[in-house]
Amino acid sequence: MHLLKKSRVPKLWQTASRNRQEIVKAGLNRRELFKMGLLTSSGYLAAKSGLSAWASGGCDAGECQLGCSPATTPFIDPLRIPPILPSRPVTDLNPAPQECPNNAINPATGLPFEGRGQYNGVLRPGTDCFQFFKRFPPEDFFITRMRENKRFRITSDPHIPDQTIWGFNLGGNDPAITPGPTIVDQYDGARVVRRFNELPPQAQNGGFGVPETSTHFHNFHDAPESDGSPCRFFFRGQYFDYHRTMQTPGFDDPNTDPAERLLESQSSLWYHDHRVGHTAENVYKGLLGFELLFNQFDTGNENTGFRLPSFPQFDIPLALTDKLIDPGTGKICFDLFGFDGLVGDKLLVNGVLQPFLEVQKRRYRFRILDGGPSRFYELFLTNPDNPKQSIPYFAIANDGNLLPRPVRFPTSSGSGARIGVAERVDIIIDFKALARDLGVKRLWLENRLEQVNGRGPTGKILPAGRRENVLVEFRLAGNAVRDNSVDPADPNVRFYALPPRPTPRITRRFRFERGNGQWQVNGRFMDCDEIRFTVNRNSAERWILQNNSGGWQHPIHIHLEEFQIVRRNGQLIQPGDVEFSRKDVVRLQFNEQIELLMRFRDFRGDYPMHCHNTIHEDHAMMLLWAVQDDANDNNTRP
Amino acid sequence: MTAMTRRTWLAVLGLLPAAGLVSWAEGSDKNRKKETHTWEDIPPRELIRRRHLPDVALVTHQGKTVRFYEDLVKDKKVVINFVYTRCQGVCVPVTANLVRVQKLLGDRVGRDIFFYSITLKPEEDTPEALEKYAALHGVGPGWLFLTGKPEDIELLRKKLGFTYANPVEDADKSNHVGMIRTGNEPYLRWAACPGLAHPAWIAKDILLEMDGPTRPAATASAS
Repeated sequence: MHLLKKSRVPKLWQTASRNRQEIVKAGLNRRELFKMGLLTSSGYLAAKSGLSAWASGGCDAGECQLGCSPATTPFIDPLRIPPILPSRPVTDLNPAPQECPNNAINPATGLPFEGRGQYNGVLRPGTDCFQFFKRFPPEDFFITRMRENKRFRITSDPHIPDQTIWGFNLGGNDPAITPGPTIVDQYDGARVVRRFNELPPQAQNGGFGVPETSTHFHNFHDAPESDGSPCRFFFRGQYFDYHRTMQTPGFDDPNTDPAERLLESQSSLWYHDHRVGHTAENVYKGLLGFELLFNQFDTGNENTGFRLPSFPQFDIPLALTDKLIDPGTGKICFDLFGFDGLVGDKLLVNGVLQPFLEVQKRRYRFRILDGGPSRFYELFLTNPDNPKQSIPYFAIANDGNLLPRPVRFPTSSGSGARIGVAERVDIIIDFKALARDLGVKRLWLENRLEQVNGRGPTGKILPAGRRENVLVEFRLAGNAVRDNSVDPADPNVRFYALPPRPTPRITRRFRFERGNGQWQVNGRFMDCDEIRFTVNRNSAERWILQNNSGGWQHPIHIHLEEFQIVRRNGQLIQPGDVEFSRKDVVRLQFNEQIELLMRFRDFRGDYPMHCHNTIHEDHAMMLLWAVQDDANDNNTRP
Repeated sequence: MTAMTRRTWLAVLGLLPAAGLVSWAEGSDKNRKKETHTWEDIPPRELIRRRHLPDVALVTHQGKTVRFYEDLVKDKKVVINFVYTRCQGVCVPVTANLVRVQKLLGDRVGRDIFFYSITLKPEEDTPEALEKYAALHGVGPGWLFLTGKPEDIELLRKKLGFTYANPVEDADKSNHVGMIRTGNEPYLRWAACPGLAHPAWIAKDILLEMDGPTRPAATASAS
């Protein structure tokens, strides 16, 4: 039999790899192929007639399209868990953080040392001093550097080359990683996060990525100058200090009951680049990471507080991203010219292609993030040895905010937890119960929501047990182990009640639509120099978000505070619904109307609302609004 | 957290194996054998050219034949959109907007920034018709209106991303994409902004795209 040998003619290899991908799609696994004599030990397909029946139309080198990525093998690498970014006392930070930006010119770059104080690339002297800096002086600091890493591995499969990513490091001379180091923090004293932009020059970006960045803390309650706002990007050679009061909303609002502020505690956040016009390529390139917050209830210790599985052993963040790989170069590619959105055919979790995770037979908390750029996920657990089984899990947090009580999935109608870009869902999986009751030995976390382009999911739920839809393979090891964590199946479990709903001062309406291929909100476009409307500080408003299209879906994100969804298409969101929650992203699906209530407390200044399909976001589906004292702006369709 | 302060708690976390980080950043060498498949080493700039910038022949409103990539885009800072002269829809305000943008950018247009408006209806937009259109709108130097073979124009439109996924929508020229593509070709920097945005913002956005990679002090670009 004639074998295709490695390092022969690349074109032949590509054809073979395509064929193999088709075979994998057809449901044949390696062992079956082996038996059929179609697969050699090194993983190449034997050239046999008949394989072409599976072959796709074929892709040329350089094509960056769905279906063109080379074949890869799932479950050969363990899940990586991002390391924790260390913090130190602020007295160790040199130069010390300043209330107003350090805009002295750095002779080495010709730029101000600090990028804060720049707006849309231009220095605005005297602006962006930290609000509440004297009231909440920083005690500790974090430091991290944005860098390129040219030797990043998404898989140990030797056929897939090293990737070039942009990520964050641990603050020293260490390489950058993606997701970046996890910021782990508590509500116990103000901090500064210092980020250095040490990205390569524009022309050395490897094909996409703009080395001008603004890192958004999604969705902590921060002032505009510390929020990582889209127009406050900074340049290579600069640093940017972000001041974090580490306060829940309402600290400067006389109408907020201090006891209620605890109900605003957040748990699972993330950080990501937000450079206006270039967010999609920069986040796709790797500029994202987790931030986890703990307090006296969500303690990270399963023996205290809400008794959620202990961090970090049994409490694991999972960042979901989908990528395209150029069939010619083997490198992750990005379509700089698309307007619709980008959907990848390679699923990465924490930067690893379809990893596995060995788990003990006990409960785990997974903090799942849709890292974009455009894919929606609907999450199911499948037993690959018996895909017909319905496997339960419990959502305990929506957008990183603990729910009033756990919500079981699949729901009574069979739905999984659905998340759009930037949404998070924290889930608890009880591997002990699944092993005991259902005989589970392996478990696949799957995305079964069909999506074939950037416009949004079709809504079709794909069959269980398809390898290409698996995000993580959990492998259950050993005997059942000690587990002091709370059982989410217990109907008496309660977390935070929802904060009382405020009385809105005004109702404003926002229509998200496309006209002449241009993404718009109320018929207008993102403009860093235009504040569309101003809300009264320490007030509340009702916002109606509308999508009159059956062709597009938009995950809408609002900065500053968590809102509550009151109605979806006129239907009240009821207790027991996973959206009966504090939220910072809402999926505006086909022909939907969302009614939400939001408060605007403490900070003054400008914030964005935008579609978090980052391709739509980069093409102007965003607006800026501001918070000021007693603005009394009554524009209902701004 | 009652019994433990944040710092002691983080110190405990610090005991997690730091060794894992090495394999994270550098990849695991144990599986990387010499038998690695030889991938093509195509420079990123070349990949962008292949994917998006076909070197088709076009004719300017001044009657000159040019190659799209070699003559108009390569090594240049460009602003590209699609119009047609009999358009009653989005072309009208977009062209008017771009005329204002051109004025805001002053003599940079034609010096180091080039505007290209490509016709969507090459069969009716002759160079003469385009010249008339340019004159009618008061278009200044440094801005070319371009026509060509219908199949070349169609290829260009698709490669530049001015399409709709829905084929019915895509075929309706009166409802065409009103985006403005900006490209800083030697710096691999491409973006787009809506043609109906405020002209002042479009001008600013164009300057950020063009000057970002080589920017002097941030103060120097204050406007």
